[in-house]
Amino acid sequence: MLNPTGVAVLGAVFNLNHPAHVVHWHFIDLTVSNVIVIGVMLLVFALAIALPFPGAARRRGGAA
Amino acid sequence: MSAPTTEKSWTVRVREAGVAALPPEKLLPDSQPTYVASWIYVFGVASLASLAVIVGSGMILALKGPAWWHYTGVGHFFNSIHMWSVELFFFVMVVHLWGKYWMAAWRGGRTRVWVTGAITFLVAVPCALTGYVSQQNFDAQWISTQAKDAMNSVGIGSFFNLTNFGQMYSYHVLLLPVAVIALVITHVLLVRRHGVVPPFELEKRALAAAPPPPDVDGSPSPASPMAGVRS
Repeated sequence: MLNPTGVAVLGAVFNLNHPAHVVHWHFIDLTVSNVIVIGVMLLVFALAIALPFPGAARRRGGAA
Repeated sequence: MSAPTTEKSWTVRVREAGVAALPPEKLLPDSQPTYVASWIYVFGVASLASLAVIVGSGMILALKGPAWWHYTGVGHFFNSIHMWSVELFFFVMVVHLWGKYWMAAWRGGRTRVWVTGAITFLVAVPCALTGYVSQQNFDAQWISTQAKDAMNSVGIGSFFNLTNFGQMYSYHVLLLPVAVIALVITHVLLVRRHGVVPPFELEKRALAAAPPPPDVDGSPSPASPMAGVRS
């Protein structure tokens, strides 16, 4: 559990005492936090396709 | 000593059907095809891992109760574990779904694999949302009154009363998790039965190398290398 000083410091850095920020696009309303999560998912998806898997080349070379 | 049987009992029939559908070497294979060595194939098992954490932390929360998860440090910890494992579950499940969609994972007789995965996703959504209204705090009250209006607006408010804590908690800890787990088990068994979907190039190569399909009566077609050969 954070002590009151810790809570005050965290509150000063991350001020959550306001309504959520929302992205409006036509009929679509998304909170900024959800937009960030969707962006990270797209990034992870792209990296999962692009990055080589450890040992994949060796296995495909026939030394399974 | 067991008595000799002349006809097969239901247990024998179930066993034989089970082994025929999913022999032990398919159920628990020694290895996977080389094309599975890719990060995009990791997200299915990541979904299973996060589901295991969800179920484990959820059982501890159910055991200890709301006063524990709201007012003690360890309770807060497990409450957070439960919530963040759900976030992770949906994160990796969506990436898994994207990967399987773009590799058309329903190919090669895998329709049921795809359908059970899609239904699991659809059932997991209300399973998670009923968790928000099961928290036993002002947040849950706010969410339930907002969600109640959503249910009423589509005419199903009399079946799903979001302000009925008993109903929502039962949905969250029993009915929907049982449905999700049953669907996931079915999904995994179907993956074992049909194998992991291969990349497009490998499937094309395999089809090009395979003999033409047999004629309607089951005999090999004249163009087949197997034509005229009796087994």
